[in-house]
Amino acid sequence: MTPADLPLLSARALTKHYGPRLGCADVTFDLYEGEVLAVVGESGSGKSTLLSLLATELDPTAGSVGYRMRDGVTRNLFTLSEAERRFLLRTDWGFVRQDARDGLRMGVSAGGNVGERLMAVGARHYGKIRDTASDWLGRVEIDPSRIDDMPKSFSGGMRQRLQIARNLVTHPRLVFMDEPTSGLDVSVQARLLDLIRGLVSELGLAVIIVTHDLAVARLLSHRIMVMRQGRVIETGLTDQVLDDPREAYTQLLVSSVLAA
Amino acid sequence: MTQHSVILEGVSKSFTLHLRDGLRIGVVDNVSFAVSPGECVVLGGPSGAGKSSILKMIYGNYRCEAGRILVRDGAEFVDVATAEPRRVLALRASVMGYVSQFLRVIPRVSTLDIVAGAAQSDGVGECEAWSRAERLLTLLNVPERLWSLPPATFSGGEQQRVNIARGLAAERPVLLLDEPTASLDAANRAVVVRLIEEKKAAGAAVIGIFHDEDVRDRVADRIVDVTRFATEKAA
Repeated sequence: MTPADLPLLSARALTKHYGPRLGCADVTFDLYEGEVLAVVGESGSGKSTLLSLLATELDPTAGSVGYRMRDGVTRNLFTLSEAERRFLLRTDWGFVRQDARDGLRMGVSAGGNVGERLMAVGARHYGKIRDTASDWLGRVEIDPSRIDDMPKSFSGGMRQRLQIARNLVTHPRLVFMDEPTSGLDVSVQARLLDLIRGLVSELGLAVIIVTHDLAVARLLSHRIMVMRQGRVIETGLTDQVLDDPREAYTQLLVSSVLAA
Repeated sequence: MTQHSVILEGVSKSFTLHLRDGLRIGVVDNVSFAVSPGECVVLGGPSGAGKSSILKMIYGNYRCEAGRILVRDGAEFVDVATAEPRRVLALRASVMGYVSQFLRVIPRVSTLDIVAGAAQSDGVGECEAWSRAERLLTLLNVPERLWSLPPATFSGGEQQRVNIARGLAAERPVLLLDEPTASLDAANRAVVVRLIEEKKAAGAAVIGIFHDEDVRDRVADRIVDVTRFATEKAA
């Protein structure tokens, strides 16, 4: 088998209890390179808990997550050392947060936000770091002349685009996205979605995106997982689940969307 | 059987509407037919008979409850009814093309990029992709001044022609056409007929729905009457 036939990430019976309360239960799936998986459901469905578990920000109550490292060896994320996990998060992974203030360093310039990730993977030459940062600002449609400006002076949409540049500059293989477009104006959302769509297909990224917005899932994802009360209740090709939903809850979700 | 491109065996479909107290609506039952390379099979029958549902099941857009939907990919057959999502996506990327009645517009992508992008999914170079896109848009009478614009503001007929150009830009051994000529005038219908004939000559297996009798008579090698797969309606 070639590496492309092996999953990049495999979650097995992933479960999280917060005391007596259930976060998520028995989540099992495989993600392959270049695949975009959308996790949809209402707030409280467990989708954010699942994302935190996958990104090793939370420890599971039970279950495992296998990840194929760059050397081809698949390791259980929860047996990695703290240093190994941090290295993954800084280099091989990206995490685009709903609130850019959680994903950016607000007291550091736009260029610094992008350059910092490069330095984490060993870049040392100031001129090259600045050139790469400037190039990435352009790719996310931020005028490179803003390179020394603070993210505080940026609009919501620009901050989100800066966050994307910061995450993609190290050429990660896997990017987690938590509601990356909510809280933005509709026109700003459309531009951001289109940008994400282009970059994901150009770079062949694997993405796990959590969203409550089915239109976002339809535009960006290949596959979809519908969660309710901590469990995955339906999964499949995105257009199949949205056009021919099987479960009562999924039918309710799909029928609740106002057609524009 | 081995030379067929698409084989349906005992395919059934119904919808269960949980928001209507679990009302079950039968669509089709025991659909069986096969299509060879270079052949065009037209699905016939009145509106609501399940023609579109059959096309959508072949494409993997609708689930199939029973039976097999075998699509040839090189030397092997893939059963769309049971294949993993990524296998179905791979079929869509290289084997099956689908032209729906409506264009799902993506903001900010120009008409030419939409069509050339579809051609590039064959792995052809940018030049070849652009020249294919330009030829199709010209044939389908999409004015050149519109090519650099996203089709969001185009008329229904113009959007439909962009949609056809996109759907036919890539070389696909299996083509699924859901009323591609629905909102076209006679001249453009004739263009679509010519393009379908080209695809057949190149060896594509075509399964289509055409309400226009004139188009149907010209492209169909065979008509499969879908009413013979009618389910027994819920009592």
